[in-house]
Amino acid sequence: MKVVIIGGGHAAGQIISSLLMDEDFNGTITLIGEETWLPYQRPPLSKQFLTGEMTIEQVTLHPAEFYETNGVEMKLGCRVNAIDRTARTVSLENGETIAYDKLALTTGTRVRRLSLPGADLDGIHYVRTIDGTETLRNNFAPDKSLCVVGGGYIGLEVAAAAATSGMKVTVMEMDERVMNRVVAPQVSAFYEKMHRSHDVEIRTNVAVTGFTGQDGLMAITCQDGSSFETSLCVVGVGVIPNSELAEDCGLKCDNGITVDQFAQSEDPDIVAAGDCTNHPNAIFGTRIRLESVQNAVDQAKAAALSIMGKPAVYCAVPWFWSNQFDTKLQIVGLSQGYDQTILRGNPNDGAFSVFYLKEGILIAVDAINSGREYMMGRKWIADHVRPDPERIVDTTISVKELI
Amino acid sequence: MAIVTYTQQDGTSKDVTVKIGQSVKDGAVNNLIPGIFGECGGACACATCHVYINDQWVEKVGPAGDAEKDILEFAEDVRENSRLSCQINISEDLDGLIVYVPDEQ
Ligand SMILES: Cc1cc2nc3c(=O)[nH]c(=O)nc-3n(C[C@H](O)[C@H](O)[C@H](O)COP(=O)(O)OP(=O)(O)OC[C@H]3O[C@@H](n4cnc5c(N)ncnc54)[C@H](O)[C@@H]3O)c2cc1C
Ligand code: FES
Repeated sequence: MKVVIIGGGHAAGQIISSLLMDEDFNGTITLIGEETWLPYQRPPLSKQFLTGEMTIEQVTLHPAEFYETNGVEMKLGCRVNAIDRTARTVSLENGETIAYDKLALTTGTRVRRLSLPGADLDGIHYVRTIDGTETLRNNFAPDKSLCVVGGGYIGLEVAAAAATSGMKVTVMEMDERVMNRVVAPQVSAFYEKMHRSHDVEIRTNVAVTGFTGQDGLMAITCQDGSSFETSLCVVGVGVIPNSELAEDCGLKCDNGITVDQFAQSEDPDIVAAGDCTNHPNAIFGTRIRLESVQNAVDQAKAAALSIMGKPAVYCAVPWFWSNQFDTKLQIVGLSQGYDQTILRGNPNDGAFSVFYLKEGILIAVDAINSGREYMMGRKWIADHVRPDPERIVDTTISVKELI
Repeated sequence: MAIVTYTQQDGTSKDVTVKIGQSVKDGAVNNLIPGIFGECGGACACATCHVYINDQWVEKVGPAGDAEKDILEFAEDVRENSRLSCQINISEDLDGLIVYVPDEQ
């Protein structure tokens, strides 16, 4: 069996490990990745890689010898242009054609680029790849100013990393609060306060309308007519799933490549995993597209099993983390659609958690420096528990006895 | 370089060379040791790198930090000698280390 994987990110790395660990696997694996790097972890890019605490070697999932020893063919720096499902081949940008028996799509997402005037000026950066992040890091210098457009978790992590490196950082967020899309107001408020205490300026309700400069960025203009002088800017305004390849060969896509609970696409010879998929989640009874390591890894395991013809359902409680300064945010579940929140602990103590309920059932927990609530949350959410708010708020009750 | 032995619950084991500065989790992942996943890459967010430390090595390896303890406490079948292997960095001192892989992560 000849397995071909398109896209060399986290999910791809896991499919390779899973196949190699499977005793029944005796085929060949070819990975085709657009980036020149071996599959790596992206989370450190906006964290320890940006501050220089982690090297490329440390963010790499497996070293080169791993692929060599296991006979995995790595075609890096190659982009796939098209998939021919009838001939079962993929064609590369360099003209090469490669045949497959089983194909895995792990094409991830790409950053949403701003299409505002001046948005292509030098000095405007995005954090998604090692290459892009290295260029940004080379522009870091103490006392230099940096403007972050977008107060999502990546923007805030970049802000924290830059402030830690001694830079003067301003975050501009269009919404009324940071991380609006993912967390409750109490959590946003905590993070705004924490950033301010580290001299990061957080400006909310500001819409950026353009960038000015000649050779490079000089200023950012805002809707209220104000202008902000800076030569360095990071944009973090979300991502777009790379599903065009799938779409062009006639596979169903809807905000990502549509797959079933086995990571299987409509085509029995094609699986997909990671950021690029739209998949069902039985715990929440809905289809979702997730952008997280948990999803990339767990769905990749399911994809590998489907390739092997031993399908197993992928159904997990999503989890996610974000590190900013010394604070760990750990999120478990999906809070969308919540109708009640319960606060456990006091944000002023620097450690607290927020429980999200929908019709009385626990659907998510945000844990700030509270690993226990986070770990228990995983079990509770899978069990669809109905927490008693009076017990949750009572911090004299230990986490294990809360429910 | 240090040699680390990963022993499964069924008694099978594998000796692996781990570079100084890499973690016990890295050694496992790079050598396809079953049962150690290290999903979060060492961010203390997943507990999929849980191991038991051989009694003779417990002292040298040292205790878990606070953030690690919080996560570890809720891993499956935690014991006195449990650690998250992503939090153990290999030094010359740990050459010969023996860890046991739990049944389920
Ligand atoms: C800065 C940053 C911080 C993050 N922090 C966290 C965090 O703290 N916790 C967390 O859980 N998640 C975090 N994430 C998200 C996490 O990294 C992603 O969910 C994960 O990388 C998804 O893996 P993937 O394999 O699906 O896609 P990716 O890792 O994006 O890999 C896809 C690869 O496919 C390649 N590709 C696409 N199209 C083609 C083509 N046609 N031909 C060849 N190659 C192609 C791309 O170039 C890319 O290399 C973060 C992401 C970023 C960018
Ligand atoms: S790798 Fe996630 S906690 Fe160790």
